[in-house]
Amino acid sequence: MAQRATGSEIERLIQLLARLPGLGPRSARRAALHMIKNREKLLGPLASALTAAHDNVTVCSTCGNVDTSDPCAMCLDPRRDRTIICVVEEVGDLWALERSAAINCHYHVIGGTLSAIEGVRPEDLNISKLVERAAAPEVKEIVLAVNATVDGHTTAHYITERLKECDVSVSRLAHGVPVGGELDYLDEGTLIAAMKSRRPF
Amino acid sequence: MEWQQTGVVLSALRHGETSAIADIFTRQRGRWKGLVRGGRSSTMRPVLQPGNQVQATWRARLEDHLGNFIIEPISFRAARLIDDPFKLAGLTTLTEITQILPEREPHERVFDALQIVLNALEDDDIWPALLVRWEMGLLDDMGYGLDLTHCAATGVNDDLVFVSPRSARAVSASAGEPYRDKLLALPQFLVGGNIVTPSAQDVLAGLELTGHFLTRHIFQARGIPAPESRSWIMAHLKQLAQS
Repeated sequence: MAQRATGSEIERLIQLLARLPGLGPRSARRAALHMIKNREKLLGPLASALTAAHDNVTVCSTCGNVDTSDPCAMCLDPRRDRTIICVVEEVGDLWALERSAAINCHYHVIGGTLSAIEGVRPEDLNISKLVERAAAPEVKEIVLAVNATVDGHTTAHYITERLKECDVSVSRLAHGVPVGGELDYLDEGTLIAAMKSRRPF
Repeated sequence: MEWQQTGVVLSALRHGETSAIADIFTRQRGRWKGLVRGGRSSTMRPVLQPGNQVQATWRARLEDHLGNFIIEPISFRAARLIDDPFKLAGLTTLTEITQILPEREPHERVFDALQIVLNALEDDDIWPALLVRWEMGLLDDMGYGLDLTHCAATGVNDDLVFVSPRSARAVSASAGEPYRDKLLALPQFLVGGNIVTPSAQDVLAGLELTGHFLTRHIFQARGIPAPESRSWIMAHLKQLAQS
């Protein structure tokens, strides 16, 4: 039987790191070793940052984003367009849109998609709060930026139904050829969607 | 162990960061789950959307292992229907209800009928009635079939307009009249009348009929709710019937 090369604290660190997305046991071991070698520059600050995040991170009660304050910085930002709310499935999607700087609006994270298989019902998602926000007089448009999947669109259609009672226009993201995409390499599903959404040029 | 079949994707659940466990419905093998390595990749995610037609190759060392799927797309049905809420609700209902079938058990009639309904989803005048017939076939295949051949009370085989919610047998108009509040309506397209294009009201009655038995024998028994999309189809048909 192989003997353990490290103490229980380091083993615990490796085990926890191995549970992070993108890291397996081998890469977790490398990451742990790197942090131990850079104890002052990396391990200490990382531990402090983790503690601070653990103590302060909260979910925004308005939009469902994660931040260290409630309401979050985005909801409080007066420079954002209050007439548009962009609906996303997860916080990761919100971050992706923010990175692109494609739109300077408010967001709403619904927290997933409807799925009978996984037992996700409308009441499990942050949809009622969205309807409440959409009913505000300053809101003019809801952008449904959900994933182009069957579950994503089923959820989008459900939200559209719920928003019928509100005086807002509802739009969704376009589907089609990505920038830099070559038709020869695109899947048929994307090509079908692109052809259906063609427009005058 | 290895086999290759054409099938319909029912679902693909995330497994780890890069893989997915796909549930594929095939004619000869029935519902079959397997690991799709790289199933979360940008090339495989469009293929593994529910309702898509695929060529599935399953490999495992032993038959009772989960095994690995190699999936090749045949038809991107989901991409064609995704923008239309009514068609998408049909697609979702079909793929979700198919998942009540037991795994690794062939249901050839259900598969054949599913193909017909899926291929008809482009035509809103046809597919809702086909959905009702498909659900009836599914109930029959699972041992909860409706007997619509003759009246349970009198034995006559004409003027059948009700179904008993308990025995799932047809009841004639005269025999059922005193109990009409307790009986389910039997739309005539299920017993031979106006088979091609039944009215929205008839299709709605058909969905209420099959829905009653699906709920009673399957959804309630398993403690799962009926698909949200099925309720949405019924609400839409109700609107059509009223307009």
